[in-house]
Amino acid sequence: MIGNDINTILPELIIAGAAMAILMWGVYSQRERGAEALWAVALLFFVVGGWIALTGRGSDTAFGGMFVDDAFGRFAKITMLWSGAAVLLLSKEYLERAKLMKFEFPVLVALAMVGMMMMVSAGNLMSLYMGLELQSLALYVIAAFNRDSLRSSEAGLKYFVLGALSSGLLLYGMSLVYGYTGAMEFQSITDVIATEGLPIGALVGLVFIVSGMSFKVSAAPFHMWTPDVYEGSPTPVTALFATAPKVAAAAMITRILFDAFGGVISDWQQILVLFSLLSMYVGAIAAIGQTNIKRLMAYSSIGHMGFALMGLAAGTALGVQNMLIYMVVYVATNVGVFAFILNMEKDGRPVTDISALSLYSRVAPGRALALMILMFSLAGIPPLVGFFAKLYVLQAAYDAGLAWLAIAGVLASVISAYYYLRIIFLMYFGEASEALNGKMPMLHMGLLTASAAALIFGIVNLFGVEGFAANAAAALLG
Amino acid sequence: MVIATLAFYLFSAVAVVAALMVVLSRNPVHAVLWLILTFFSAAGLFVILGAEFVAMLLVIVYVGAVAVLFLFVVMMLDVDFTELKSGMSKYVRIGSLIGLVILVELVIATSAWVVADSAPDMRAAITPALDEMQNTVAIGSILYTQYVYLFQAAGLVLLVAMIGAIVLTMRHRKDVKRQDIVEQIYRDADKAVEMIDVKPGQGL
Repeated sequence: MIGNDINTILPELIIAGAAMAILMWGVYSQRERGAEALWAVALLFFVVGGWIALTGRGSDTAFGGMFVDDAFGRFAKITMLWSGAAVLLLSKEYLERAKLMKFEFPVLVALAMVGMMMMVSAGNLMSLYMGLELQSLALYVIAAFNRDSLRSSEAGLKYFVLGALSSGLLLYGMSLVYGYTGAMEFQSITDVIATEGLPIGALVGLVFIVSGMSFKVSAAPFHMWTPDVYEGSPTPVTALFATAPKVAAAAMITRILFDAFGGVISDWQQILVLFSLLSMYVGAIAAIGQTNIKRLMAYSSIGHMGFALMGLAAGTALGVQNMLIYMVVYVATNVGVFAFILNMEKDGRPVTDISALSLYSRVAPGRALALMILMFSLAGIPPLVGFFAKLYVLQAAYDAGLAWLAIAGVLASVISAYYYLRIIFLMYFGEASEALNGKMPMLHMGLLTASAAALIFGIVNLFGVEGFAANAAAALLG
Repeated sequence: MVIATLAFYLFSAVAVVAALMVVLSRNPVHAVLWLILTFFSAAGLFVILGAEFVAMLLVIVYVGAVAVLFLFVVMMLDVDFTELKSGMSKYVRIGSLIGLVILVELVIATSAWVVADSAPDMRAAITPALDEMQNTVAIGSILYTQYVYLFQAAGLVLLVAMIGAIVLTMRHRKDVKRQDIVEQIYRDADKAVEMIDVKPGQGL
């Protein structure tokens, strides 16, 4: 009995155990083991992700339905693990330069990853919350990891306070749902709703739950923390925030909405439509005035989450499938963009001002070209993969009868194209200024090139992601 | 039964009054003491409910640890609470208006709310009857079997909190002398005492 349960949660167990082992190793080592620990955790993420991809079959539950292992969860986990590994590999040089290379960093990232995996595999309100807290708490700490910097401490504190607020909203909603339906397990909640309808108290709880979770995906109107946290955190941490936790939060919302409230789609659809619309426009308009590239990426992520939520708002299997594709493309693009941002430096000091990119194409034509492709893809300009990702979610929304939302999405995409194109304009036609002169390590160059190449060659068949996403969506909507 | 009812009213009245005093008292130390009284009354209410284990936990954890910690914080941080509260009177009107609106809304809303028919039974099903099993046994038997996954996850959350607290606050200061026990043990008269022949009138 317990053997089966442990077998089901083995990937999470291995990462948690490895995190603790690395922690002990780091504590009892004579010298700082940051770099080795970082490599070890990145390798572990990569291997566990590959293992899940190769061996994961069917669906299974553990611990009386607390933990669900299915194609949907596995899809999200593989995306998170691989993007987490890529971001860890990217962070090494920056952390060393900023004297932040401590073994606790990879340990905290590993524990955050365990939390994310628990979130996307939750089958019960309690296990969902425990996973979320494990993830959030570790992320609060690494946001403030550069503790001697005022900005970083501020970012950590802001993230913590607003995260605590969102957890409060979430818990309040969960307690209402539990009180009025009498169930914690998603399956039981579905059963109660199917037989007796959604009690109005549970409906209020549902609204609170969706609001609390929107904090975690930084969807407007719960996006206020995002620009400050992105700007203040050390850049590798920002890169992490923009990738794995976003996938985890989006997958978590999908999981609870379809597993527990799949019978009352019309009740939550309108909330998501509103959040999606607001996010797309906040992301598009507020980013126009930004001069800091990390803040710009924060608003960009708000806008992109708006598109992802649009797929979810469709409330169909196609919508879930296309949201998953969108998230994968977004994460793959962000890995490349942050590989670039992490190396924006001048005389050994990191630079985040966009104007520093003026005429960058003359300094490093290869890198400028790669960033141009990434920016075109983020803006959703054909024929890059970013365009198809957007097209798919728009199509899902259109098929679900939300044609006006799809049109609004196209308009928001056109507005947001301005600031992506401005970066390209600066790089190729900007005024001459003191250029960046940082060197780029081979690994970063490789990831940047791979990301840009994937966005071009992915248009052939999206590397088969579509089929996996379809399986994942089918597993969820059964 | 009468005694239980009387005790219920006694404990709830004390809890409500003490909770009010926490907010209203001017002296922060008094506020913490009122808070302790609130915890005690709540513990009494738990005993009446038959949840004596939770009652004891409340006293031990909240009164014994949390409230004392509050007391330390209040006494160590020199926060001028009267100054913090000085703006209160400005916001009393608008604040109470908003409070009233929320209250009316809550009354209107909750009066129409219906709990699902099966909900009370489902919620009760998880705990065995009081005469079958003691509190501690009931909690233990569910926490370490059915909820062991959550229990371990909570352990991981605490581990993260511990790592975080250490990473963000611990500094190795070079200018502080630290105790080295091994060095202390191996210190003997040969190393510690030096005999110097000081000539009169010269000093060292």
